[in-house]
Amino acid sequence: MSHCTLVGQRLIASFVLGWLLFNYPLLALFDGTRTWFGIPALYGYLFVAWALFIGLLAFIAEQGAPGKKPALPAASAPASKD
Amino acid sequence: MLAGWIIALASFAYLGVLFAIAFYGDKRADAGASIIDSPYVYALSLAVYASSWTYYGSVGRAAVSGIGFLPIYLGPTVVAALWWTVLRKIIRISKNNRITSIADFVASRYGKSALLGGLVTMVAVVGLVPYIALQLKAVSASVAVLAHYPDIATPRGGVGPLWSDPTLYIALLLATFTILFGTRHLDASERHEGMVAAIAFESLVKLVAFLAVGVFVTFGIYNGFGDLFARAEAFPALKALLTLHGSEAGADNAAFGSWASLIVLSMLSIMLLPRQFQIAVVENVDENHVKKAVWLLPLYLLAINVFVLPIAFGGTMLFPGGTVDPDMYVLTLPMQEHYSFLALFVFIGGLSAATGMVIVETIALSTMVCNDLVMPLLLRLQSLQLSKRAKLGGLLLTIRRAAIVLLLMLGYAYFRLAGEAYALVSIGLISFAAVAQFAPAMLGAIYWKNGTRLGALVGMSAGFLLWAYTLLLPSFAESGWLPPSFLEHGPIGVEWLKPRQLFGLQGLDQVSHALFWSMLANAGGYVGVSLTTRQSAVEKAQALLFVDAYAHMGGALGSRVWRGSASTDAVLALLRRFLGSARADEAYARFHRERGSASAPATDADLVHFGEIQLAGAIGAASARAMIASVVDEEPLGLDEVMAILDETSQAVAYSRQLEQKSRELETTTAELKAANARLTELDHMKDDFISTVTHELRTPLTSIRAFSEILLDHPELAAAKRSEYLGIVIKESERLTRLINNVLDLAKIESGSAEWHTAPLDLKQVIEDAVNATRQMLLEQRIELELDLPPRASEVLADPDRLMQVMLNLLSNAAKFCDRTSGRIAVSLEATGGELRVAVRDNGPGVRPQDRDLIFEKFRQGGDTLTGKPQGTGLGLPISREIIRHFGGTLWLENTPGKGALFVFTLPLASAPETMS
Repeated sequence: MSHCTLVGQRLIASFVLGWLLFNYPLLALFDGTRTWFGIPALYGYLFVAWALFIGLLAFIAEQGAPGKKPALPAASAPASKD
Repeated sequence: MLAGWIIALASFAYLGVLFAIAFYGDKRADAGASIIDSPYVYALSLAVYASSWTYYGSVGRAAVSGIGFLPIYLGPTVVAALWWTVLRKIIRISKNNRITSIADFVASRYGKSALLGGLVTMVAVVGLVPYIALQLKAVSASVAVLAHYPDIATPRGGVGPLWSDPTLYIALLLATFTILFGTRHLDASERHEGMVAAIAFESLVKLVAFLAVGVFVTFGIYNGFGDLFARAEAFPALKALLTLHGSEAGADNAAFGSWASLIVLSMLSIMLLPRQFQIAVVENVDENHVKKAVWLLPLYLLAINVFVLPIAFGGTMLFPGGTVDPDMYVLTLPMQEHYSFLALFVFIGGLSAATGMVIVETIALSTMVCNDLVMPLLLRLQSLQLSKRAKLGGLLLTIRRAAIVLLLMLGYAYFRLAGEAYALVSIGLISFAAVAQFAPAMLGAIYWKNGTRLGALVGMSAGFLLWAYTLLLPSFAESGWLPPSFLEHGPIGVEWLKPRQLFGLQGLDQVSHALFWSMLANAGGYVGVSLTTRQSAVEKAQALLFVDAYAHMGGALGSRVWRGSASTDAVLALLRRFLGSARADEAYARFHRERGSASAPATDADLVHFGEIQLAGAIGAASARAMIASVVDEEPLGLDEVMAILDETSQAVAYSRQLEQKSRELETTTAELKAANARLTELDHMKDDFISTVTHELRTPLTSIRAFSEILLDHPELAAAKRSEYLGIVIKESERLTRLINNVLDLAKIESGSAEWHTAPLDLKQVIEDAVNATRQMLLEQRIELELDLPPRASEVLADPDRLMQVMLNLLSNAAKFCDRTSGRIAVSLEATGGELRVAVRDNGPGVRPQDRDLIFEKFRQGGDTLTGKPQGTGLGLPISREIIRHFGGTLWLENTPGKGALFVFTLPLASAPETMS
């Protein structure tokens, strides 16, 4: 379970990062008519950042991803130990 | 040539393939070998998000506003990061409660409210009709364009009479196809495995087709990205498209504002669109599939968007002057270059994008219309007649089929009324803004326990009305259905009510403007009303069930908040009517089996809960509740009682955690107690041993004292010499007796802490010398050599001189006792090492057997074989010595010197050292 919540927290942090990457003001840095190697800067930036972001998501989600984990056991069942 | 019959044949062949896949998928599902139980299929089916809007519309939008088509795909990418947290919870809740649509979800959360479910359904239907119209428009436009091959012309306007409009027939065809796909039989869980498989296949087709045309344009017509963009440089209009403002005039901030609002809109849509909910939640096989979808779906969206801008630029450059609709560039570019088969393939790709969306969306909407709109009304209007009917499964299917036809006809009507005035993307955005109205109630549903039914109703209604006023009505006005003055001067000339500048708000594009006002009213109404109203009993229970979905597994809580009596027959009869006999009996058998194995027998409440959940899968939570209520005897629970039950439940959970904690603690304590008990038993044995030893030890001197005393008494004539010899023995034995008793008392005192200590600074060297002197006579008698290795300086410690003397004497006499019989040698040394003094006493005897090394420090235990050898001494010397040394802050131990005699060592802290004894 702790692994699950850790993955969740990393992904939430990625969400914040994604929001920043694809919005004002970071986006404004690439606004304009410049080109990189013939590719317009804004177009190039958006797709490169997009691809990197997907890579990050994949890395987080697949890291030690359990193949098929059984559903969590019922938490409320009181253990009867004597 | 692409004759009409070729297009028709290809289309039908493609639909046939789809149907075959769906059929196969259903067959496999029935056989228990699901073909969609894979994260890849799950992610591909989620790509139903990319409809004709993406396929044709993105290029159209890119040709007009450049990079502005992208936020619609960046939003889902960014929000995918939250799926593992949010979507997984929604899936968990839906599976626990057999939720089959987003309307059902909202209705169920807010007290199984039929009214709320109906509202959500209405918003969805009204909001999505334009979206369905969009698909119809795209298909009909693509057919029209392709049919004119090899001429490139976009037929505009000119809507003929109804019966000759091919779009109508396309709509009817799609309706038939959807009915075949989605409503062949009634499934209690509303899952359509075959359909999902077909949708995943469609996602592949549209991606490959779009990539094919993208590669064709970028690398076939032009020489790669660089060449294409370099040529576009020559067109000032295109150059402007590469900045964020695009060709639309406006301040920087406005451009960024609408960019951000599109991202937000698409973030909400990917979760809340009924078709996304259907695929992502209802059709989900395993919630772990979400993990892969988190990055696979964004990857899909990236792939399908890479070539959008190149195609848009290529189209604009090749078809200057706006003769060709930019929405159709995807199709017209291959046609321009006379690649007829590529064009046909692209058309099929577009068809798959449109059919995929229409199929899933209308199936999801028809379920909602049936379960949350029509059924509650029917139950209310003619509940008597309805409850008389033996089989209702057929009725449900009929309602759904009718709903599908109705939805496509509504879409067609919108297409006729307003579709021509808008580009594809603008139509889609209207729908996105509509489903965004579900967001406050949905998010509140899973994270906020206090959201009330009334709050959700008020918020959603207000948001929906504002959406209709600021987006839907203007779209009618723009297509001439309403007077244009409505837009320009507001309704009946009231300027501040102008739908696109409500209350005079300016500077936002129309979508952002609508989003702002509707969301303000929606979220504000939801939160405000929720905070000022109280939840009913059912709402309270459902809120807890949803928000704490991970804590309340299964339906334990659901059945607890119910009281009354129900008969198995009545519930089962009801289930049979809706689900059919076979399925109902099977479900009941499973329920019985599961409950039978639990410790408590199934109660009426369990039965009712089971029935309700089963029915909810078929007719929705609100209707299921109503139906069940009609066949059972429910005693209404007051809010206080529900609160008490809920408190109890949460307390029970807390208690159970505490219990687990306690039980762990108990286990540790038990282990400790067991160890202590073992120790005690051992001590008890030792005590017995001790008593027998002591008794023995006491008896030996006593016996000889008594014997000699008797001799002296009986024989007064004994010679004086003999007499004094005997008396000497008596005295010696008495001394031994005294010593033994003193030792026992001594140890008892030390152990109980009541011994008297006269601690004073003293010279350890002096003590050792004194002890050696005291024993010198005894050593001489036994011919034992003594080596002394003492430092010249005085070695000061804080201790009781008598006690230390006792230790030294003990060690020395021990050493003497066990020394080599013939050439005994004892070595005593004293040295200062690191703040403490180390005293060692070594003999050259046989040493201590390894198994006795710890034993000899225990009371009344002696090394060696006590059975054969006569015990020497009391067996208390070493324990006493160890206690004494410990008292002064040192340690006494036996050094490990195998085969070299025994070496006893003790250390004492130097008096100057900071850590001294207590």
